[in-house]
Amino acid sequence: MSGVATEAAQLKFRDPTAARALGAAIEKVTREIGRDPVAVMHVCGSHEQAIARFGLRAAFPPALDVIMGPGCPVCITDVPEVDEGVALARQGVRVATYGDMLRVPGSAGSLADARAAGAKVDIVYGVSQAVELARQTEEEVVFFATGFETTAVATAAEILRGPPRNFSVLSAHKYIPPVMEIVAEMPGSRVEGFLAAGHAATITGFAVFEPFVERHRLPVVVAGFEPLDILAGLLRLVELIRDGTPTVENLYPRCVTREGNLAAQEQLWKVFRPLGGRWRGIAHVPNGNLRLQDSWAHLDARRRFEIDVKALWDFAPPALVQRCICGEIMSGMQSPTACPLFGKECQPETPVGACMVSSEGTCRIWHQYGGHPQLGQVAVGGTP
Amino acid sequence: MCLGVPGRVVEVDGLVATVDFWGLRKQVRLDVVDAPVAPGDYVLNHVGFAIRRIPAGEAEDTLALYSELLAREAPEDLMAADVRGELDAAGRGKR
Repeated sequence: MSGVATEAAQLKFRDPTAARALGAAIEKVTREIGRDPVAVMHVCGSHEQAIARFGLRAAFPPALDVIMGPGCPVCITDVPEVDEGVALARQGVRVATYGDMLRVPGSAGSLADARAAGAKVDIVYGVSQAVELARQTEEEVVFFATGFETTAVATAAEILRGPPRNFSVLSAHKYIPPVMEIVAEMPGSRVEGFLAAGHAATITGFAVFEPFVERHRLPVVVAGFEPLDILAGLLRLVELIRDGTPTVENLYPRCVTREGNLAAQEQLWKVFRPLGGRWRGIAHVPNGNLRLQDSWAHLDARRRFEIDVKALWDFAPPALVQRCICGEIMSGMQSPTACPLFGKECQPETPVGACMVSSEGTCRIWHQYGGHPQLGQVAVGGTP
Repeated sequence: MCLGVPGRVVEVDGLVATVDFWGLRKQVRLDVVDAPVAPGDYVLNHVGFAIRRIPAGEAEDTLALYSELLAREAPEDLMAADVRGELDAAGRGKR
């Protein structure tokens, strides 16, 4: 890949002068809105990672509250879903899942605990590796599938391709658009606009947000992951708030189109159906869960196995869990630093809540890169 | 987990493409990509599947972030770790 052109593009996206200019414009527009604070939400762990890694919060005006919503698929996997995976593993079924899922606490321990107790739990980086694992063995392999629509399309493609008979799927896949409705309707919600996740929108297209905007009169801006992409997205978002023009705007055209990836959508909806269910700490989200269609019942781990989650309930939940505020953090009511456990009893090595487990969890990201909002200096542009 | 990773298509064999990621050759699946791909195209990949053919002329803009992440990897950099996970998800390339 051509180094010179990439370097030029890097300058384009991380030019400190441009970042400062965007920061100043965001501050001006936020002031013109005349409310303090103005709260906007993004729903993507990768956005939070980029904001933290590049120190963008230092460029946000104090009056602008940029909240990370339920954008971490591992974090919002609910306790009963984790329990299903743990119960299957404890029943002796081989479970393959993404590494981030391993330490997510269920009601009685995590998959890592089950593995330490002798259960067969394999870490995979993608569904295809789980299928490959099933091909290499006679035993049953359950792929414990997490992730938003971006990840669910891969699971769908493997199912359509015809996996071996000893392979099945325990789907905890989630669908983002409905949860935005839930957050917008929460009593006490301060969110005045959404920054939509770039790569989930690569699949769904940005038109999927139009009914939401129509119903809630809140603007949605699709943004990429470069520091300047995010700043530009936020600027457009506060402009739309200031002007009272709730619309959907796409500032990430190199990856997102109006109708999205139609081939992926077709496969997604051939395999999955949306079903209401709880997201950890958030609420019941109508149509927020992706479950296998009846035509794929033979590949659905929930129908293939008797999953005995009740057997786990002899264990009392650890007392610390009851003080965890992951739910309030993911719905934007609180920030990690408001949690009494953050950085103390709850650390990446000894997580109490799911937000400290995943590399996309708000608490984990803040713990890793430093808190909010005094990040010292704008790291945009870096040091050459 | 949704960051994805872009790479350049080197070879297409049915629904599998050999893709070059900063000199590392891996195989990605083309089942769900949005448009037909050919050698020379850039694709955005997630968990071993191409999900978007990046329009010609916009590849460098997409690559810039990742080059930065991989070139100046801070210790325990969560974003860089996600990118490495994406590369691990792609199948081993032909030797």
